[in-house]
Amino acid sequence: MISISQVTKSYRGAPRPALDNVSIEIDKGEFVFLVGASGSGKSSLMRMVLREDLPTAGSIHVLGENLVGIPNRRVPHFRRNLGVVFQDFRLLPNKTAAQNVAFSLEVIGKSRGFITEAVPEVLRLVGLEEKANSLPSELSGGEQQRVALARAIVNKPAILLADEPTGNLDPNTSEGIMDLLNRINLAGTTILMATHDRGIVDKYRKRVIELSQGKIVRDEQGSGYGNR
Amino acid sequence: MRASFVFTEMGIAIRRNLSMVISVILVTFISLTFVGTAGLLQQQIGSMKTYWYDKAQVAVYLCTATSPKDVCPQGESSKDVQKTVTSRLNSPTLKPYIDTFYFENHDQAYKTFQKEFKNNAVAKYVTPAQLNETFWVKLKDPNQAPIIIESFSGLSGIEQVKDQRSYLDQIFSMLNIASLAAISIATLMLFSAALLISTTIRLSAVMRRREIGIMRLVGASNFYIQLPFILEGVVAGVIGSLLAGGAIVAVVNYFVQGYLVQQLPFTSFVGLADAFALLPGLIAIGGLIAGIAAASSIRRYLRV
Ligand SMILES: Nc1ncnc2c1ncn2[C@@H]1O[C@H](COP(=O)(O)OP(=O)(O)OP(=O)(O)O)[C@@H](O)[C@H]1O
Ligand SMILES: [Mg+2]
Repeated sequence: MISISQVTKSYRGAPRPALDNVSIEIDKGEFVFLVGASGSGKSSLMRMVLREDLPTAGSIHVLGENLVGIPNRRVPHFRRNLGVVFQDFRLLPNKTAAQNVAFSLEVIGKSRGFITEAVPEVLRLVGLEEKANSLPSELSGGEQQRVALARAIVNKPAILLADEPTGNLDPNTSEGIMDLLNRINLAGTTILMATHDRGIVDKYRKRVIELSQGKIVRDEQGSGYGNR
Repeated sequence: MRASFVFTEMGIAIRRNLSMVISVILVTFISLTFVGTAGLLQQQIGSMKTYWYDKAQVAVYLCTATSPKDVCPQGESSKDVQKTVTSRLNSPTLKPYIDTFYFENHDQAYKTFQKEFKNNAVAKYVTPAQLNETFWVKLKDPNQAPIIIESFSGLSGIEQVKDQRSYLDQIFSMLNIASLAAISIATLMLFSAALLISTTIRLSAVMRRREIGIMRLVGASNFYIQLPFILEGVVAGVIGSLLAGGAIVAVVNYFVQGYLVQQLPFTSFVGLADAFALLPGLIAIGGLIAGIAAASSIRRYLRV
């Protein structure tokens, strides 16, 4: 599903590579926590899985696509199979919850019929049917992240990338988001989640990959956050 | 669905960026008005050429008593000169080129002169004897004037052989210079319009960078991302061209047809049909330049 092989990423002007000879295999349906100190390369790795950036060396295959060789014009279609959420939600401030979700479908050319059905359904799934017509400024952080999650999964992606999705949320709210991610995972979506949240990683005991200074220092099933 | 979405997005973009869009419209409007003016001038030259070239004749001026002595040493030309010219014009060598010709004596020349310079002080002082007796020769093909000029120049008793088209060519070259000037200004202004459009579109893209970011994230195709911006430029460009077209039509209708035609009768001027014929070209130029400038600008913005 995701196959990262001997990937090195050096940013121009940086003294050491952000990723250093990293190899990871992630199978369909897995839920993987990516942990490590700030600057250890978690976001860099995620960006490459999304083909927002290319590795300096090594190869990445996602959903059967060779991301190093894929032509630029095929990238948009490739990305339709991936959902992404971020720490900062990235909602459009002048659109309601429902419009934010609908927007992501409109821009990939989905029919109006599909959109009017899919949007309320996914908002119900994330528990926001009541807030469909609220603007992001009228929603709490947790609610905004639910909207972002709804947007990420409305097109039923095979893979969900979550870069510190609970980074801005209090523990209780984070708990709710994690519940949701877990349900999405049980429905068959592969999840790769970068996090600093020790409590969550320790509680769910999934596969944990730990990065340190761009190197993998641990890759364990059913593990915890670690000592650092 | 797709179309309505693209147009809604374009509408939002234009509203957010209204003052820039208006300046694009104005610059396109002015530059294309210059383009249109140049086009009208060219059409004017064309129509005057067909009108006047057709009427233009070769004039064979006979010597008068007041002609310069170096070309007319023996003064007023004799009847023999008239006979020689007439027979040459009727000769088999020249006849095939000539449509018609007629002779104008001093009195007839005086009458024509008085008519043409009716309100001019010079009409009072001129006498019939000062005006050349003239053979007016109309050719089948006006381009063959040199044949006539060659066969009469240097003949004694003839002051000058003049192709009237040479007067017209001076006027036409002046009009040509004017239209060249209009085209040069238009080119400069179109260039600045293109720069303005690309700045406007980049600004529009910056204002909508969140949307663009999300579109890329969820896998919107590049074409879909770019289209509203390109359309924003094209719409502004086309509105500018329509205004320019309106200005051109108004100039032809009110100034040329409403004023010039009365001031200068006997001249054929460009009409509304000529102005309307320019419209598709103006719209195409405005739309194309705006589209190309917008597309290259948004591409460059998205690449980084
Ligand atoms: N676009 C970039 N240009 C240059 N250097 C970058 C860029 N993005 C990241 N880096 C560098 O690469 C290293 C890894 O950054 P990355 O964002 O992947 O870390 P991270 O593990 O996500 O950190 P955090 O937990 O704080 O989000 C850092 O040293 C960072 O400064
Ligand atoms: Mg990060």
